[in-house]
Amino acid sequence: MSLFRHRRLVDRLGRGLCGLATLLALVPLVSVLVWLVSHGARGLSFALFTELPKPFGEVGGGVGQALLGTGIMVGVALLLSMPLGILAGIALAEGGKSRFVQIVRFVADVLAGAPSIAVGVFVYTAVVMPMHGFSAFAGALALAVLMLPTITRSTEELLRLVPIHLREAGLALGLPAWRVTLSVTLKSALPGVATGIMLAVARAAGETAPLLFTAFGSQYWAWNLSEPMAALPLQIFTLASSPFEAWHQQAWAAALVLVTLVLLANLGARFVTRRARGGMAL
Amino acid sequence: MAASLNPTASTHSVADRWFRGLTVAAAAFLVLLLLAILLQLGRAALGALQVFGPVLLTGRTWDPAGATFGILPFVYGTVLTSLLALLIAAPVALGVAVYLAELAPEGAKAPVTVAVELLAAVPSIVYGLWGVFVLVPWLRDTVQPQLQTWLGFLPVFSGASIGFGVLAASLVLAVMILPTLAAISRDVLLAIPRAQREAALALGATRFEMIRDAVLPQALPGIVGAMMLGLGRALGETMAVTMVIGNRADISLSWFAPAQTMASLLANEYAEATEELHLGALAFVGLSLFAVTLLLNLGARGLVRRVAGSAARSPGGAR
Repeated sequence: MSLFRHRRLVDRLGRGLCGLATLLALVPLVSVLVWLVSHGARGLSFALFTELPKPFGEVGGGVGQALLGTGIMVGVALLLSMPLGILAGIALAEGGKSRFVQIVRFVADVLAGAPSIAVGVFVYTAVVMPMHGFSAFAGALALAVLMLPTITRSTEELLRLVPIHLREAGLALGLPAWRVTLSVTLKSALPGVATGIMLAVARAAGETAPLLFTAFGSQYWAWNLSEPMAALPLQIFTLASSPFEAWHQQAWAAALVLVTLVLLANLGARFVTRRARGGMAL
Repeated sequence: MAASLNPTASTHSVADRWFRGLTVAAAAFLVLLLLAILLQLGRAALGALQVFGPVLLTGRTWDPAGATFGILPFVYGTVLTSLLALLIAAPVALGVAVYLAELAPEGAKAPVTVAVELLAAVPSIVYGLWGVFVLVPWLRDTVQPQLQTWLGFLPVFSGASIGFGVLAASLVLAVMILPTLAAISRDVLLAIPRAQREAALALGATRFEMIRDAVLPQALPGIVGAMMLGLGRALGETMAVTMVIGNRADISLSWFAPAQTMASLLANEYAEATEELHLGALAFVGLSLFAVTLLLNLGARGLVRRVAGSAARSPGGAR
């Protein structure tokens, strides 16, 4: 009887600890969100989105150039990585279990897990040094290197979900294999593939480390890809590292904008994928 | 071949071959990219390696002005903060994984999963901001004085409480790697066959005994793999660590003391470095980070696959 009680006690204790761990794990998330809203919301204004940073001492100013810079660099990175990533994903999904497929899949996983700062160093030595200067193009290239493996793997996984009989139907109708891949397999997997790309974009938009010595950051409007360019995470870093209270305030506001963008992309992606997979969670 | 009866068959096969070639070329590009990164970093580090040899790795002095470069303090900072982070995050993540895979009621699974995913989606710079303005003051004013009062006789809890330092960096890292650990461990647990659980319950085991004796032992290699992947993330994590670790190239026993990691060294110095040897030594740091995470990935994926196989990845699994 006492053994039974002991076992029941251990059972409840063990299960309780697991629940407790789950609550504990969510404390930082809640804390981050609460601080973002309580400190960031105060700094939100129209000027935050449209104006340049003001020198210390002047009131107001914004992070407009950083938003623009993030938009431009992530856009260019997307143009570079999306076609390659989708094509590579197709090769992996349709390559069966060949050695080549296994190697490429492993390489993609390794690249996805590579420290982003090391990718920054790579782009610095390969692009910034030969071009003798920091540039938005180098920043975009670093982001593209980070996005490529993510897009490749998510495209592959979603293409594999397309039922084989859809492909067979296409082939039976006399379509060439490449048309089946593009118009049947890829098309029916499109919502999921788009989701994977959206997640890669969200991750790239939040990256700071690979931009430190590629895009470098800027306090002015920049459109030219051969010049240094600001990015929202870089700007937050600059603001947060300063000793000025007013800049810290702006850092929280900018972080609130960044996190809102990233979380919306994530939640949106979840929603789309769930529908695409017929109610299955990602 | 029957296909040759089709008048368009030859155009089909040419187009097919081209398309196939294009996709394979794109896939091969990834392999080339990995090789290019390794080669380029290796080439950039070569000069410094030739001058300093193994001292580059074992030297304790990092002095760009005096052209002396030893990265041991940064290796120490990186390994210490990452291991501490793993030590803090692993038990919590295992709890979350067990909760999600075995215990959570249907209604709680989805929200908790979403929350853990959001925890992973918050950018590093935001954790840095939170670390500087929330975590560091809390550590400085509350946690570290308490630790010192009760456990101050331990050398790791000695020294002044300034907040910025090893402990702050490890805690931020723990928060950041927790979602990775939890998500992969959960996938591994879900891949353990259902019959295994039912057998344990049928023998009269409580649910906790079922988890402890029938599920966890089988899942262990996969969970170890998840931890190696988390460790890999912690080693290379840059921004949040740079903001809270205090950035001093010291090897100190105390966890309250400022330190510096390999990644934060790069973040602090690379953009300003101009001397060839300095740049080379920094490139060597980048190469080492890259190589170590590559090896960790290699080992970890093997372990995870051994348990979960394709089951955890397939959509038909128990998710």
